[in-house]
Amino acid sequence: MAEEPLFVQRFEICGRDLVSAGKASTTVKAILREIGIHPTVIRRAAIASYEAEMNVVLYARKGTMELRVTPQDIRITVADEGDGIPDVELAMQEGYSTASEEIREMGFGAGMGLPNIKKNSDTFCIDSVPGKGTTLEIVIRP
Amino acid sequence: MRHGKAEILEDRCIDCGECARVCPHNAIVAQTSSFTDFSRFKYIVALPSPVLYGQFRKDILPGTILAGLRRIGFDAACDMASATEAVSIAVDEYLSSYRGPLPLLSPFCPTVVRLIQARYPNLIDRLIPIDSPMEIAAREVRNKKTKELGLRRDEIGIMYLTPCPAKIVAIKYPPRKRMSHIDGAIGIADIYYPLLAAIADMNSDQREEQEPVRGIGLGWPVLGGQVSSLRAESCLAVGGLSDVERILEEIENGKLGDIQYVECHACPQGCCGGSLTVDNTYVTRSKILGLVARFGSAPCQDRESIRELYQETYFSLPGTIPSRPFAPLDKDIAKAIEKRKRIQETYETLPQIDCGACGAPSCLSFAEDVVLTRAKLEECPLLTPRQVGSETGV
Repeated sequence: MAEEPLFVQRFEICGRDLVSAGKASTTVKAILREIGIHPTVIRRAAIASYEAEMNVVLYARKGTMELRVTPQDIRITVADEGDGIPDVELAMQEGYSTASEEIREMGFGAGMGLPNIKKNSDTFCIDSVPGKGTTLEIVIRP
Repeated sequence: MRHGKAEILEDRCIDCGECARVCPHNAIVAQTSSFTDFSRFKYIVALPSPVLYGQFRKDILPGTILAGLRRIGFDAACDMASATEAVSIAVDEYLSSYRGPLPLLSPFCPTVVRLIQARYPNLIDRLIPIDSPMEIAAREVRNKKTKELGLRRDEIGIMYLTPCPAKIVAIKYPPRKRMSHIDGAIGIADIYYPLLAAIADMNSDQREEQEPVRGIGLGWPVLGGQVSSLRAESCLAVGGLSDVERILEEIENGKLGDIQYVECHACPQGCCGGSLTVDNTYVTRSKILGLVARFGSAPCQDRESIRELYQETYFSLPGTIPSRPFAPLDKDIAKAIEKRKRIQETYETLPQIDCGACGAPSCLSFAEDVVLTRAKLEECPLLTPRQVGSETGV
């Protein structure tokens, strides 16, 4: 039986590491370009993966991003170890942010991360356990 | 590099000219026009990039250089500083009336435009649709000379003196597919020595500035020169392709929204570092800055007249720039995914030190070459025969 074409790659994301921040989502973008995914789809995947990666860097201890590409869809799963999100509905509100002063000084923490991810995905699931961490599942269909 | 020869992957070439610059055997040459190519014209005009003004001794002023060009065979030599200032005013006008997403990007480095067409097509709309100084200057000089001399438009040949090969491609194959106003280009390096000799031959009376060259566009050859000529307040100037890519990635990620305009150059110091220049980049930069200090503070154009011209769309570029993505791994997405998977698997068996001994720039690149059958796994000198055997199943 022919196997469904599937590309999988995992990336490590280091919390608080602003030097490497964005590397995983940049690589995701490059891979999708090489495969020949349409630029507007790449743009959505780029924004969603970038915002998810930055959330791990800014608010968690560490995390992983997994990219799964099939002819049907692009799945990006970001799981982190950190304080988690006590009130997910509140966190999904545009403008709501728990960013510290330093984070805002750097130009982040406008409170648009999670809403932007949702806006750019076809399916978006967020699961969080306070004290343990958060997992995002993003699905984009070309 | 394959079997001692450099292979250019055409769909990935963005005309930066680095290959010509680094080849130790000078095996790559930019295709430029020659005087014989121009013999079909009745009247030949030299249109030098203002970079040329920084390629001679400090006391040799732009007016002398233009006179020297007339001595080596050009019928006329046209200064570009005034057209450059006009374009900077047009850019200011565009920035002040624009209401879309920021930042906007300079369209004047053809290599950066090609980079965006290939790898950042989502940012094509950020390239300001304003024509470049060389095109504006060419259009003007052709209009002026046809009237002055009673010649037909096609009897005048305009030759751009270029600091880099990318500008030559922009003349021959303009990105928006409308014809260039320029008939050909020759590298600054190719006319330098005859020009130097002609200038040396001139006595001090003859060197007297024939036409004053001044204006706020004089600084454009150096990195940051565009930004200094603009009234717009929050702008960036970025040089060198790695740094330009970093900025473009940030813009694609939705950052830098409070910046109005980003001046981008493939060459780290701006055009004065182009691969067809003669003098040391930093020396040229210092001379250009010297000219700016002496002649660059007062404008040479009437701002109101230029604003009116702008309103009449004199500087506007119609049409759109197409995207030019690199060829995907396969036209069939399913096959492309399979290939990318095999590339990753191959990559993971390689030493991953990007030594370049196989001829590819990186191990990931080599893995792609292997999967696309452009290279054989054995060509990696660091893999043992057994590793090659287990990979290829021999």
